[in-house]
Amino acid sequence: MKYLAEYRDPATAKKLVAAIASITTQPWNIMEVCGGQTHSIIKYGIDQLLPDAINLIHGPGCPVCVTPLEYIDKALAIAQLPKVIFCSFGDMLRVPGSHHDLLGLKAQGADIRIVYSPMESLTIAQQHPDKQVVFFGVGFETTAPATALLAYQAKQLALKNFSLLVCHVRVPPVMEALLNSPNNQVQGFLGAGHVCSIMGYHEYLPLAAQFQLPIVITGFEPVDILQGIYLCIKQLEEGRFDVENEYRRVVKEQGNLPAQQLMQTVFEIVDRSWRGLGNIAASGLALTAEYNDWNAEQRFSVANINTQEPAECRSGEVLQGLIKPAQCPEFGTRCTPEHPLGATMVSSEGACAAYYRYRRYQNV
Amino acid sequence: MAHGGGGRLMQQLLDSVIQPIFNNPILNQKHDSAVVNINGSKIAFTTDSYVVKPLFFPGGDIGKLAVCGTLNDLAMSGAKPLYLTCSLIIEEGFSIADLKRIVQSMQQTAAQAGVLIVTGDTKVVDNGKGDGVFINTAGIGIINDNVDVNPSNIQVGDSIILNSDLARHGIAVMLEREGLKFEHHIKSDCADLSGIVQELIQAGVEIHCMRDLTRGGLATGLIELATTSRHHIEATESALPIHQDVNSACEILGFDPLYIANEGAFVLFVPESQSAQCLAILRQHPLGGQAIQIGQVKSTHAQGMVTLQTAMGISRLLDLLSGEQLPRIC
Repeated sequence: MKYLAEYRDPATAKKLVAAIASITTQPWNIMEVCGGQTHSIIKYGIDQLLPDAINLIHGPGCPVCVTPLEYIDKALAIAQLPKVIFCSFGDMLRVPGSHHDLLGLKAQGADIRIVYSPMESLTIAQQHPDKQVVFFGVGFETTAPATALLAYQAKQLALKNFSLLVCHVRVPPVMEALLNSPNNQVQGFLGAGHVCSIMGYHEYLPLAAQFQLPIVITGFEPVDILQGIYLCIKQLEEGRFDVENEYRRVVKEQGNLPAQQLMQTVFEIVDRSWRGLGNIAASGLALTAEYNDWNAEQRFSVANINTQEPAECRSGEVLQGLIKPAQCPEFGTRCTPEHPLGATMVSSEGACAAYYRYRRYQNV
Repeated sequence: MAHGGGGRLMQQLLDSVIQPIFNNPILNQKHDSAVVNINGSKIAFTTDSYVVKPLFFPGGDIGKLAVCGTLNDLAMSGAKPLYLTCSLIIEEGFSIADLKRIVQSMQQTAAQAGVLIVTGDTKVVDNGKGDGVFINTAGIGIINDNVDVNPSNIQVGDSIILNSDLARHGIAVMLEREGLKFEHHIKSDCADLSGIVQELIQAGVEIHCMRDLTRGGLATGLIELATTSRHHIEATESALPIHQDVNSACEILGFDPLYIANEGAFVLFVPESQSAQCLAILRQHPLGGQAIQIGQVKSTHAQGMVTLQTAMGISRLLDLLSGEQLPRIC
C-alpha cells in the first residue's frame, strides 16, 4: 500500500533504532500522546527495540478510554428509550457504564446502530421521521469536525427528530495538566499526528516554551514513531525544546482552517472530566446555546446524570507513567477486556488492553 | 452477539454451557468433524448453520457457503465427503426467485464436489422472525484407514502451511453489507476444499492436522489448535499473504486481517521433511496457487500459545479476541 508500506519498512526501522541508540547518553521519559501510537508501539514491539534508557509513557489519547463514565451512562439512558435510534462509533459499544454497556442494551432489543461515518446518522434520521435519532459524538479534535458538520446540517435542515450527545475533548489542556502534576515524569512528547492535521501545532509552541520540553508531532506507523523518538531524543540530548513536525505529509502548522471554523461555530470550550484523570479545565467541547434544540442532553433530560468513577482502577497512574499496566494487581485477573475496571482496559488503544493483548505472558 | 463472534466469549459459552452437558469422548476431540467408527469404517460427521447478511455477496451466496462450509469441515478431518443434508428456515414473504437461486447454487456446488444432497427439511417462520433464509447442512464422509488428522497429532517441528491469501470472505461480505463505497476488487474466497485435500492424501503427504480458517480467521484457528494440542506455535508475519485491497479495507475500518473470516483458506501441519512436497502439490491446484509456509511448531507449552514473528524482528502474542471486531473511531 502506497504511503503505508514505506513507513513499515523493517530496514528503515532498524537504521532508526541504531541512530537512536547512538545519540542516547542518559535515561529519558517520552510520552506518546495518542492511543493509536500506543497500539502501534505495542503491536510492532517498538519499545522492545529501543535502548533500555528510553522509557515510553503511554498517554491519555484514546478517545474511547477517556470518555467519562457519566457520558456512557447518559448514552445508555437515551439509547434504552422507546422510539430512539442511537448511532455510535463501533468501539464505544463495549465501553462499560455503571451497570451495563451499549452492546448489552442492543442485545436486549434497543435500536443501536454502528455508523462508520457520522453523516450516516443524518440519513437515518431522514429515513425514520417517526423515530428520534441520536448521534454519540466522542473523541478528540480528529472526530469533532464531523460532529460539528452534523450539528450544522441538522440546524440548516431544521431536523426535528435528530440530536447529538456531545462529549468531545481537547488534547493541549490534558498535556498541560499532566505537566503541571506534581508526579510528572514526562520529559518530551510525541504529539498526536491526526489531531494536529485538524488543529495544526501552533497551540504547542507556548507549551514547549513554558515547560521547556520538546514536542514532536508524530504519525502512527513504526517508521513515523521511531523518527519521532529520534527527533525528540536529539532535542533532549542537545538541550533544545522546540516543536518539530515529523508528520509533514499530513500536518501543516495552521491545520485545517475550514474544519476549525466549523468547530468554532458549533462548539464552545468547557471544563470536562476525563475517565482516569478527573476534571481538566477547558478540555472539552460542547454544543453552544444556539444548538440547544439539537442537544440530546437537553432533549432527553439526562444532563443531571452525574456518575463518579470507582476508585479501584489505577488507570490515572498508568496514564501519568507512574506504573506500567502489568504492575497493577488487578491487571489480567479482575480487570480484562471482557470485564474492564476502567479507562485503559476498555478499548484496544488503551495501554492496559494493548499490554493484555500482546504481552500477557512474561516470556513473550 | 459477541458470543457468536468466534472469540474468547464464544469459547467460554461452549466450555461452560454446551460441552459439559453433552460431554462425551467424541465431542471432546474438539475437531471440525466428529470421527466415529461404524462397522469398522471411519466416518466423519459434522453440521453447521449458516446465517449471513447479505444473502448474495461477491464470490458467492448463502447456498454455496452452506455446502462449502460443511464439505470443508469434513475435509479438515481427512474425510472424502459423501452425502449432505439441507434444512431451510425461510422467512414468510421471502422471494421464491431468490430461494430458487440459492437452492440451485447449493446443487451446483454439491455436484462439482461429487456429493449428493440426500435429505432435508423446510420450515417457514413469521415475517420479521428471520433474515430471509437460514440454512443448516450436515454431512458425512469416509476416512481412509491410514489417515489420522487430529489436533493431538501436532508435533514439535511441524511446518505450518497456508493454501491462500487471507481475510477475503469477511471483508467482501462486510463491504457489501454496509454498502461501503470505495473501489475494490474483493471477492469472497468461498470454495470447496475437499478436492485439494484428497489430492494431498492420495499423494501420501503425512498430514498431522488441518483447520479451515473460518470465523475468527487465521489467528483464532492457530490459537485454538495451540490450546488443544498444548504447543507454542510461531507464525511469521512477512509470510502471510494478504491482498492489497483487503489490507486497505482493513486499514480504513481498523480491522486486523488475521482475525477476519475465510471460507476457502486452511492451514496444514506436516512434518518438516514433507513441507516441500506438500507445497508443490498445493501450488498446482487452483485453490493453492499462493501456498506458503507461514510458521512452525516450536515447543510444547502448558496452556498453548501463538506468537507472531513481526517484520520488525520482535515476537508478540496472538490472542483470542474478546468478541467481534468493532470498527474503530479514528
